[in-house]
Amino acid sequence: MSEPTALGLSARTGSVMVAFTIVFTALMAFTYGATKDQIDASTAEEKMKLISEVLPPASYDNVLLDDYAVLGPTRELGLDDGGRIYRARQAGQPAALILETTAPDGYSGRIDLIVAVRADGSVSGVRAVTQRETPGLGDYIDPKKDKDKKTPWITQFTGLEAARLPQCKVNKDGGDIAYHTGATISARAVTNAVARAARYAADNQNRLFAAPSGSTL
Amino acid sequence: MDTQAYREIAWNGIWKQNCGIVQILGLCPILAISTNIVNAVSLGLATILVMAMSNLVIAALRNFIPYEIRIPVFILIIAALVTVVDLAFNAYLHELYLVLGIFIPLIVTNCIVLARVEAFAAKNEPGNSTVDGIAMGIGLTLVLAVLGAMREVVGSGTLLSGIDMLIPGAQPIVLFGADYPGFLIAILPPGAFIALGCLIAGRNWIEARKQARARANPPAAPHEPEAPAEPA
Repeated sequence: MSEPTALGLSARTGSVMVAFTIVFTALMAFTYGATKDQIDASTAEEKMKLISEVLPPASYDNVLLDDYAVLGPTRELGLDDGGRIYRARQAGQPAALILETTAPDGYSGRIDLIVAVRADGSVSGVRAVTQRETPGLGDYIDPKKDKDKKTPWITQFTGLEAARLPQCKVNKDGGDIAYHTGATISARAVTNAVARAARYAADNQNRLFAAPSGSTL
Repeated sequence: MDTQAYREIAWNGIWKQNCGIVQILGLCPILAISTNIVNAVSLGLATILVMAMSNLVIAALRNFIPYEIRIPVFILIIAALVTVVDLAFNAYLHELYLVLGIFIPLIVTNCIVLARVEAFAAKNEPGNSTVDGIAMGIGLTLVLAVLGAMREVVGSGTLLSGIDMLIPGAQPIVLFGADYPGFLIAILPPGAFIALGCLIAGRNWIEARKQARARANPPAAPHEPEAPAEPA
C-alpha cells in the first residue's frame, strides 16, 4: 500500500466525521420530536403558575395564554426585542393586563419582570422572571431568594392602588417603597420598572384590550 | 471485569485522582455553581449522568473512531448526549429541570467529561469506563457538596436553601438566626477560590500524613486516625 494522498486522506476522515454527525444529529432530532409536546405543555403550565402568582386565577375567566397581543420593541417597558401582553377578562369585560417588562438598570444587568395591572390601574402583583443580582445582597427582589419568607420584598407592589402610583419610588428617591440598606440599586431598578409598566398599561389600556388576539401592535 | 478493578477505578475517581481537588479540572462550573449546597449537588448529579453516558457510548464506539479525529468526534458525541439529557429533563422532570436547567448545557463545556473520555473511555471496556465516569462524577459531586456547604454556611448562614425546589415542603436550615448579616465574599467568586484552596490543602495534608506514617512504618499507628480536615 502506498501512502494515501492528502485528498484521499481528508475524504476518508471527512466521511467518518460526516457519518458520526448524521448519526448523532439524528439522535438529537429524534429526542426533540419525542419530547416537544411534553415540553410545550410544561412550559405553558410553568407560565400559568407564574401568572397565577401575580393575578389570582379567580379574577378572570378567559383562556389567558390564548388571549395576547404581541408588542414590538417598546421603550416604556424596556423591551428591546418586543414581548407579549396577556389580557385577562371577566365575562368579556377587561379585568387585567399582564405585561412582560425589563428593568435595564439592575446592578448586574437586566431584570426581567412580569407585572399584572388591573383594569382600574392598580398593580395586582409583580414577580422577577430572570435576574442576576448579587446573591445574598440584591437578589431579594426574587421572593425565592428573599430571606423574609412571610412578606417578601416584592409583595409591596401587590394591590398597589392607582392613586399611590406617583409614590412608586424607593424611599431614598422620596417614594413609598422600602428597600434593604446597601442594595438600593436592585430595588430601585425594579420599582421604577413597575411604575413605568403601570403607567404604560393605564395610558394604553383601551388600545391593548381592543387589539385582536395574536395581533402585533 | 472483576470487582477489584472496579474498586480501584472507584477509589481513583473519588480520592486519588479526584477531578476537583487533585486534577483541578473544570474550575469554571465548580466555582460558579457552588454558592449553595443544593445547586452544587444538582450540578454534580447531572454531571455524573452525562459522564457515565459519554464514557459508555465512547468506550463502545472506540474502535470506530479514527485516532486523528477523535477529539472532534468526542465533542460531537458529548454535545449530542448533553442535548438529549437536557431535552429529557425538560420534558419528564420539569420541576428538576427548572433547578438544573441552566447547568445542564454547561456540562458540554466541562473539560472533565472530555478529559475522562480521552484518558479512559477511549482505551477501556465499556463496563470499566462507565464505572470510571460514575466514580469521577461522584468525586466531583463530593467536592461540590463540601464547597457549596462551606460557602453557604459562611456566606448566608443557612444550609440547604432552595431544597424546596427538589423536595417540596422541605425547609432550609437556618444556622445563625434570621438577622445573620451574611459574609459576601464567601458567595462571590473569591470565596470559591479560597474555599477550594482550603480543600486542596486539607487533602494534601491528609496525604502527607499518610505518607509520613508509611515511611516511618510503625505496625501500630501511634496516633488515633484523624477525621478529614474540615477547614472553616
